[in-house]
Amino acid sequence: MKTGLTTLWVGCLFSIPLWMTDPYVLHILVVTGIFIVAAMSLNLLLGYAGQLSLGHVAFFGIGAYASALVSLGFNVQLAPGIVLILDPQPVWCGMLSGVLVSGAFGWFIGKISFRVRGAYFVIVSISFAEVMRLVAVNWVELTQGPMALNNIPPLTLWLPGVGEHVFWKKPENYWLVLSVAVVSYILIRRLVRSRAGRAMVALRENEPLATSVGIDVTRYLVLTTVCSAAMAGAAGALYAHYIRIVDPDVFLFIYTVTMVIMVITGGKGTLAGPIVGGLIFGLLPETLRALAIRPEVQWIVYGVLMILVLYFLPAGIVPAVRQWWQRRRSDAAAVRAST
Amino acid sequence: MTNIAAGQGAFLSVEGLSIRFGGLVAVDAVTFEVREGEVLSLIGPNGAGKTTAFNAITGYLAPSAGEIRFRGARLNGLKPNRIAELGLVRTFQKTSVFGGRSVLENILIGLHLRSQQRPLAILLGLPSVAREERTLETEARRILEFVGLGARALELGSALPYGEQRLLEIAVALAARPQLVLLDEPVSGMNAVETASFMAKLAEIRALGVTVLLVEHDMKMVMGVSDRIVCLNQGRIIASGTPAEIRRDPEVIRAYLGERYARAHG
Repeated sequence: MKTGLTTLWVGCLFSIPLWMTDPYVLHILVVTGIFIVAAMSLNLLLGYAGQLSLGHVAFFGIGAYASALVSLGFNVQLAPGIVLILDPQPVWCGMLSGVLVSGAFGWFIGKISFRVRGAYFVIVSISFAEVMRLVAVNWVELTQGPMALNNIPPLTLWLPGVGEHVFWKKPENYWLVLSVAVVSYILIRRLVRSRAGRAMVALRENEPLATSVGIDVTRYLVLTTVCSAAMAGAAGALYAHYIRIVDPDVFLFIYTVTMVIMVITGGKGTLAGPIVGGLIFGLLPETLRALAIRPEVQWIVYGVLMILVLYFLPAGIVPAVRQWWQRRRSDAAAVRAST
Repeated sequence: MTNIAAGQGAFLSVEGLSIRFGGLVAVDAVTFEVREGEVLSLIGPNGAGKTTAFNAITGYLAPSAGEIRFRGARLNGLKPNRIAELGLVRTFQKTSVFGGRSVLENILIGLHLRSQQRPLAILLGLPSVAREERTLETEARRILEFVGLGARALELGSALPYGEQRLLEIAVALAARPQLVLLDEPVSGMNAVETASFMAKLAEIRALGVTVLLVEHDMKMVMGVSDRIVCLNQGRIIASGTPAEIRRDPEVIRAYLGERYARAHG
């Protein structure tokens, strides 16, 4: 019953480009989808392991830059006499490197934050993102600095029955992003419903008790940051080859804030939370713009809605709906029992 | 690392353990041992250093001096989770459960060490992971039945009444399959009925072959369950022996009831 419902849902999502032909709407859906993948990855750290990473966009940006650079190729002088040259590689190779490089940085952050929790972890993560932005601005030889990396090739894949295919159009990019999102969702679900996920939650709920039953908290914190960073890197790679231009602004703090808003309003520590929050706060600005309201008013509506959600549903939308549903069911059962 | 000669006879041996916080000596050259299969209680007035010694044994605090050995293995400098892997698991003085999780999930977290899942196998969704999850759940329910929380499996940890939270805490520790369990004031805050039923439970835990090191203030309980008692005062051991010996010991009486009482009844 439940798996049937899920399949139906995913089927619906996959069918959207078949009846929705407006490229602008599809573009919004693709960008929102990319952000939802990033928000899902943040949820792993923030929602399950309970570590607020306010520099999460760093992993997104690293994924975007790594993927773009590998597929464009580069030629950098690391030190006098040491030159690093890479010829342009196929895009799927770039995307894979985006995931791996981002995951490697996640490992690094997990390791250095092994004694830093709470506010200190927040500060480490913010600084990390800012350092990354400064590197992207100033290492002009590699990143082109503010001139941005241009002409990033779109993904080319060999598909069965189609042959070599270039992902130029909106519908195929939509399917690509949706597929990555579905895979990410499945991976996160497997992770949180296992020994590793329980260890993350134990770390969030009560760290001394977790260690007392033998959980190596550091190890699981590192595992979480690696998975989370790799997934954010995948989102960044999708972004780079869809938008096809990457500049240092991908490291802006506002993007992290957007991800945090998506996770918190949707319901942190729930599988569906970042998706619900991501859909609402990803599509809302565009919907408001479509209604031709003045820009100031758009942002006021956005802010007010966010405050209302947090005020009335502090745990987020998904837990609130779930609670309401359970209460309704138990009420119905009580009525049946009394008649 | 393992020195068989040093660990001979003793299950857990604590030798010359000292813990200083700046100028304050919380635990001063304490030496005692726990024998396999027994219940040893650590008693003493407030501030005697019982919990501090506990924290040092389980790796939450670095000792300033002394050596702690468990079945021959040196515990000094090991992290708490490594010590738990060796079979030495503790509970906490203040009630400590995973409040936001269900009672069953609390136990599943406690079963961490018994699970074999590797991260890659989890991500690939191998059938071995699902199989193990089912085994773990059966095991968790068995442990809940053992402590008498079977009917509470799906309630939130924080929703349980106080006495049951303390039971849950012990169930979580037992899930880690300890050979030696360290209980820090398990019956504090329990009423007389709950304490009595806890004492019966402790006998059952012991029958499973688990050695118990207990810190407790409730003298009736301590006298009832312990094989041996070590009494601390101001960081030093002032007496040790069977409950009957401790009850008669003038030093213990002085520490607990004061100089005048000891003179009058000594």
